[in-house]
Amino acid sequence: MAVDVQQPSARAAAHAPSRISRIGQSKGFLSFWFMLPAAALLLLFLAYPLALGVWLGFTDARIGQAGTFIGLENYEWLMEDPVFWLAVFNTFLYTVVASIIKFGLGLWLALLLNHHLPFKALLRAIVLLPWIVPTVLSAIAFWWIYDAQFSIISWSLVKLGLIDHYIDFLGDPANARASVIAANIWRGIPFVAITLLAGLQTIPQSLYEAALIDGASPWQRFRYVTFPMLTPIIAVVMTFSVLFTFTDFQLIYVLTRGGPLNATHLMATLSFQRAIPGGYLGEGAAIAVSMIPFLLGAILFSYFGLQRRRWQQGGGD
Amino acid sequence: MAVSEEEKLTETSARFWKWGRQNPKDEPEGASTDYLVSLPRRVVTVYIPMVIFLFVLLFPFYWMAITTFKSNEELYNYTDYSPFWVAHPTFANIHKLFFETSYPVWLWNTMLVSVVATFISLFCAVCAAYAIERLRFQGSRLVGMGIFLAYLVPPSILFIPLAVIVFQYGLFDSPLALILTYPTFLIPFCTWLLMGYFRSIPYELEECALIDGASRLQILVKILLPLAVPGLISAGIFAFTLSWNEFIYALTFISSSENKTVPVGVITELVEGDVYHWGSLMAGALMGSLPVAILYSFFVEHYVASMTGAVKE
Repeated sequence: MAVDVQQPSARAAAHAPSRISRIGQSKGFLSFWFMLPAAALLLLFLAYPLALGVWLGFTDARIGQAGTFIGLENYEWLMEDPVFWLAVFNTFLYTVVASIIKFGLGLWLALLLNHHLPFKALLRAIVLLPWIVPTVLSAIAFWWIYDAQFSIISWSLVKLGLIDHYIDFLGDPANARASVIAANIWRGIPFVAITLLAGLQTIPQSLYEAALIDGASPWQRFRYVTFPMLTPIIAVVMTFSVLFTFTDFQLIYVLTRGGPLNATHLMATLSFQRAIPGGYLGEGAAIAVSMIPFLLGAILFSYFGLQRRRWQQGGGD
Repeated sequence: MAVSEEEKLTETSARFWKWGRQNPKDEPEGASTDYLVSLPRRVVTVYIPMVIFLFVLLFPFYWMAITTFKSNEELYNYTDYSPFWVAHPTFANIHKLFFETSYPVWLWNTMLVSVVATFISLFCAVCAAYAIERLRFQGSRLVGMGIFLAYLVPPSILFIPLAVIVFQYGLFDSPLALILTYPTFLIPFCTWLLMGYFRSIPYELEECALIDGASRLQILVKILLPLAVPGLISAGIFAFTLSWNEFIYALTFISSSENKTVPVGVITELVEGDVYHWGSLMAGALMGSLPVAILYSFFVEHYVASMTGAVKE
């Protein structure tokens, strides 16, 4: 290994018995400089804004006007705001329905991809596409697919004789909810599927062979081998999935902007609408802050998922 | 001992580069009980669902591409033309996109912001991951946990205070606002990924170098980084894609057309009132998706491998 030797004295010191303590002493100093760039950016643009956001939630700040402290007034006002509660309801509906379906379909797709299939690499590349393409751009494609007059889905269903008039995908509250959830599921499946596939491949084949010798049926092999081995990864993947779905903004903004009649407003889109076009920064920040408790819950869940994974793999770090 | 470890490692990293050229028999993956299932049964339980999945996952892209090349009269006429095919392909929509709108400028902005933000983040992440994983300073575990938590802070709760800060610093409506804010979600992610990668590189290599009198910086640059190239590539690709995909910051911090990124430009400028130019909208979406799609098609095996690593970790 060709490594330049700095100075003879450094080399001599390296052989001295105090070498370890010397490194130990300089460690803090070195670590400080190594951590500095990341820490500076994260403190300035992540930690400080997070604190500022909480503070803004307690003020009546508007665009172009620094706010004064008004205590819990924003939150009191939100408590009585039916649109806010509708947004909370929508956020939960959106998260729960989309996450469950994403999990089911994602797991199914992962199990399919885990078979010996021709063109395996190509298949994975194709499956990943919805996940890697910018959300806004694929949402525009969905916008066009859901078009009231020229929807290809409506056209196909009419031609097949299943319906007799075009569906108003984004104009009717119930349809709009279902449509945005469908688009979210479409985008989320690849992430769940590929991560679970990665998890599936870490399961030792010998377990399946043993189960097979004991006469386990395919369902029993899934239920008693695959599923328990996969549980910790499922916990982590689903936490991420729930977290991203809960705070989604792009898809709703492109497809419906919260309409019709606020039927698809999520907390994130409502917060944007109140703060930026509406100008009420304080109120928008309060809505954003009220998402934090739910996020913390999800993170704690993930934390225990990780703990369990460590424990399952034999403990220790 | 150390040499053989190193050889093993170089061999491992060399394997990363031979994507798609491996002997399929070498792959441990896949259900080994497949041969027990008859072909007709496999068709019903595996191939048909797979084809349906592929159709659903790909259809929006097909629709995007088809619409891009349709002329307006074909686009809105489902009676004379089949909507599923293009009778007379035209480049009019793409031409309009590139020569009558600011689309090339948005592409350039997105590229600039993504590349610069990715490099800043990679630099910070390499240093941080090295410090946490190898220097093991006091409280490094806590910092590592903090980095993981930072990744979980979503942009949709940060954009309001960030907008205030960006305005105070006089960065509003400048690409710098995006270049400085994107690392907040890129650094945690890259650091987390690189920490796992560094952990997989044997520490003995570094110890040898330390005994030979190399400084920590020399070890990082000359030993660790060359071995971590696959990890750096995946972190870079992830970071680039995340920046390319970012929307809410770009929407909030940028107001003038010549500073917009592709996602924001397409959604705010290509829609004029109630008139949707679906042809050019789809062309914009297609052209904006292609760079990341092409990038991924080269590195998809790598992506899956690094994901596997992250899960195994």
